[in-house]
Amino acid sequence: MRYLPKSDSERQEMLAVLGLSSEEALVSYLSAAVRFDGKLDLENGKSEYEIVDYFKARAARNANGYASFLGAGVYNHYRPVLCDVVVSRGEFLTSYTPYQAEISQGTLTTIFEFQTMVCQLTGMDVANASMYDGSSAVPEGAMMAARVTRRDKILVARSVHPEYREVLTTYLKHGGLPVSEVGYSPNGLLDLDDLTKRLDDSVAALIVQTPNFFGLLEQIDELAHIVHSKGALLVVAFTEAVALGLIEPPREADIVVGELQSFATPPSYGGPYAGIIASKDKFVRQLPGRLVGETTDSEGRRAFCLTLATREQHIRREKATSNICTNQALIALMATVYMTVYGKEGMRELAQQNLSKAHYLASKLPRKFDAPFFNEFVATTNGKSAGEINRELLEHNIVGGLPLDRHYPELSGCVLLCATEMSKRADMDRIAAVWDGK
Amino acid sequence: MTYPENYKYTKEHEWVLVEGNTGTVGITDHAQQELGDIVYVDLPKVGATFDKGKSFGSVESVKAVSDIYSPVAGEVVAINDLLTQHPEKLNEDPHGAAWLIKLKLPSGGDLTELLSAEDYQKYIGE
Amino acid sequence: MIKKVSPHIVQNEPLIFERSSPGKRGYQLPELDVPNVDAEAALGRQNVRGEIEDFPEISEVEAIRHFTRLSTWNYAIDLGLYPLGSCTMKYNPRVNELVARIDGLAWAHPYQPEHLSQGCMEVIAALENALAVITGMDAVTLQPAAGAHGEFTGLLMIRALQEHRGNPRKKILVPDSAHGTNPATASMVGYAVENIESNDRGMVDMDRLSRHVTEDVAGLMITNPNTVGVFEQDIKRITGLLHEKGALVYMDGANMNALVGVARPSDFGIDVMHLNLHKTFSTPHGGGGPGSGAVAVRDILKPFLPGPRLKRENDRWTWDYDLPQSIGRVRSFYGNFGVLVRALAYIMAHGGDGLRRATLDALLNANYIRKKLEAHYEIAYQSPTMHECVFSDDRQARKGVRTGDIAKRLIDYGFHPYTVSFPLIVRGALMIEPTETESKRELDLFADAMISIAQEVEDNPELVLQAPHSTRTSRVDEVTAARKPILRWKSSVRSAQAAD
Repeated sequence: MRYLPKSDSERQEMLAVLGLSSEEALVSYLSAAVRFDGKLDLENGKSEYEIVDYFKARAARNANGYASFLGAGVYNHYRPVLCDVVVSRGEFLTSYTPYQAEISQGTLTTIFEFQTMVCQLTGMDVANASMYDGSSAVPEGAMMAARVTRRDKILVARSVHPEYREVLTTYLKHGGLPVSEVGYSPNGLLDLDDLTKRLDDSVAALIVQTPNFFGLLEQIDELAHIVHSKGALLVVAFTEAVALGLIEPPREADIVVGELQSFATPPSYGGPYAGIIASKDKFVRQLPGRLVGETTDSEGRRAFCLTLATREQHIRREKATSNICTNQALIALMATVYMTVYGKEGMRELAQQNLSKAHYLASKLPRKFDAPFFNEFVATTNGKSAGEINRELLEHNIVGGLPLDRHYPELSGCVLLCATEMSKRADMDRIAAVWDGK
Repeated sequence: MTYPENYKYTKEHEWVLVEGNTGTVGITDHAQQELGDIVYVDLPKVGATFDKGKSFGSVESVKAVSDIYSPVAGEVVAINDLLTQHPEKLNEDPHGAAWLIKLKLPSGGDLTELLSAEDYQKYIGE
Repeated sequence: MIKKVSPHIVQNEPLIFERSSPGKRGYQLPELDVPNVDAEAALGRQNVRGEIEDFPEISEVEAIRHFTRLSTWNYAIDLGLYPLGSCTMKYNPRVNELVARIDGLAWAHPYQPEHLSQGCMEVIAALENALAVITGMDAVTLQPAAGAHGEFTGLLMIRALQEHRGNPRKKILVPDSAHGTNPATASMVGYAVENIESNDRGMVDMDRLSRHVTEDVAGLMITNPNTVGVFEQDIKRITGLLHEKGALVYMDGANMNALVGVARPSDFGIDVMHLNLHKTFSTPHGGGGPGSGAVAVRDILKPFLPGPRLKRENDRWTWDYDLPQSIGRVRSFYGNFGVLVRALAYIMAHGGDGLRRATLDALLNANYIRKKLEAHYEIAYQSPTMHECVFSDDRQARKGVRTGDIAKRLIDYGFHPYTVSFPLIVRGALMIEPTETESKRELDLFADAMISIAQEVEDNPELVLQAPHSTRTSRVDEVTAARKPILRWKSSVRSAQAAD
């Protein structure tokens, strides 16, 4: 087996040192009741060529060469080639968690840069070294708010990504934190009356997403004002990180959670992605997950290390801020390279292009909500069903938007569409034509 | 470092100095040595009440956290702000300037089961 | 001293923000084929941000130099052995990287039409099946993102079953040798944690355990082999005892590298377990993640699995959302698909026989290391070693040298340290897991280095106490890092001069 670097004669040498005659002796002491002496029912080991062939064949059975207008939490953005070049370096790809600071300064430095860039983008003071994804960062933000306020009720906007809300429910089921949903107004934004009704002194936090699931910009400052007046915290979530290149970040939030998939992580049928959690300085000791800090070595030179580890599971055990162990370091590195390549000007220009593309498409379709939007919007259908439209678009090698009936029965007949810098005018014209029944 | 005679001690390495109806609480020199360099002290809010033996906060070093247990029952009337900015004081002067909290004790307080300085030093083997 | 590799090439490289200067750019976007939209008009003036303060501004060549230089400061599997216990730092096969990037897989959107996602669904189904075969369990979910996430999923299911039976119960039992994620997870699921002391053979003590098992216990979390690398010989009695009292047994599969092809957890009574795909199944650690925490269950827990589940209908795969008893989602979409591809490629490369061969090599390597070091370091337990061995620093402690110091000195020999001070039941632990992808030469160099250090402890302890001597960065001040945390760069703050 090509990954096993021992010859049979070397195995014999080693067994001789152990005074054993065969490798079977290493397991023969296990009782027959627990030992598996059979053969695993799996095909024989394959050559590299066969493995590549297998996956190419699987890939061929997927959508290939289609233009996609799906967003809904996972976005098609161009991936600068430098991102893969950097993460493919063995020193990054095959390295371990940087517990030994002296020989992990590469990883630690890039994470420190990552934490800094996340703060710069989101307007927060401190950010961790990443969470599993946006969906699991949301309940972590909620639990953090509960710890800080010592209150237990959580309010979440219905316009937060439906799957994120499902994950929130699963996480909080046994945490003694009841979750209550706040509806949206006819304009698609959070219903302030509904919020005021539900907001009382037992609420730890309101979780709102911007741009929300419908692509619309929520009025963060106003929400912060209302929520803070009752002593609760504002947790702002985002799924489209590119928006932060152009849109004012939620500076009035207490905690920001989100998904960085847009930054050089391919959609990859749902993962792996990288979530973030960031907050104001005063909450730093309640942040879950890994944190990299700046310090000095014994010669007084700048160095980085993992810090504030006493929040984490390997020390606190059952009293930890969270059970999280892994972070998404490699994905976070891809994002760091992405943010570096685009830089200050590029992030803005990129967002600007997204805005223009989506607004072009939206100008040709009937919109459901009229609040300001970034690169996603909800269109209504009339005459033709969403299913029919999408089937027709497939014939033109276009994957249309997401029909909303499954997640939002009250919006049955509506479709969520996304256009990014990769969307082509001809395809958008085609969508418009199919919509109009041409 | 000496263990003041007028303090009482617990097997969990806390000390308490009772003066009238007030008890000043801290951790012992032995405890700070075991913990190593202290990086953070987590103290309760003024007004909180604790039963004898209940945890009222924690002390952190880089690699460990230790809960601190109240040697006596009482209500917190003061916490030592010095430790927020300078946790290292707890290593330097655990029996003096780095006290943790002051408690208002219910009529004298229950000092049974607490050790004298001599008994505590015997307990830790010094 | 024979150094294995020369580590940490010294490069003079600051933070990216310190390299930036206004007007530099590393990107070019295509020209718009639609009209440019005025942001303030479209969004409202108050919604448009000013510039992203202090964000990098750098050219492509400087960017690549920056990251390339930083990478040379890291140790990695590609450079040599990581003897870290329970981390299973094995070779990350490169073909796995290639296949994960094939366009049809990498660009698949989780919401694209099912008939255009059959390839992805086949991969998920194939991996679920392979892992069920390997563990002997009845069903597998690939939704959890990591080991701890898998533990969370598993415990939620145990709780759901207990609730279904009428009483969620109150406690989860956890051996004191367990990884910290175990009790942390039990708390998150609303259970109190009760610790079970290990016996002097490093295993769960049956007498102590039976005293703890009551009708208040929902389950036991056990790692097998445990964190001292020893197979729990009483495991069938243990699971039998728990089942008798109506409790379930969760197995932390972090040490599965000792069992693949040699023992199946279902055979010894495990009800639910997680697997770390980034350990046993070779997906890269990448400096700390991503991982994937597949969870395998017995039939009794199947109804509670997170949804959606793959279902075969009309000769096609489809996602089934009709799961009335499911615990719900533990994350969005279907799992870390990119990691699943890599794990499946790993399994395909080995086949059934190859996987067993790999396990035996892992056991051989660990036992070989133990044999070579036993004369110099205090073995923690006499019980037979599986894939990892644990020593204590008792002998070296007499000279004032602890496990952490020995670990730092090992760096000077060109190796990454072993796991220091874990598990907590061993005083001053040295936990060593070589994995099967290490050659005899590498193992000999490692053993020689450890033996040399043991001698240095006798002759010249200061050398070890002040180590490492050969790295770009010497021991870092973790105390100040925790007392006065600096967690981001700020243009207004001057930091210490970087290492040259």
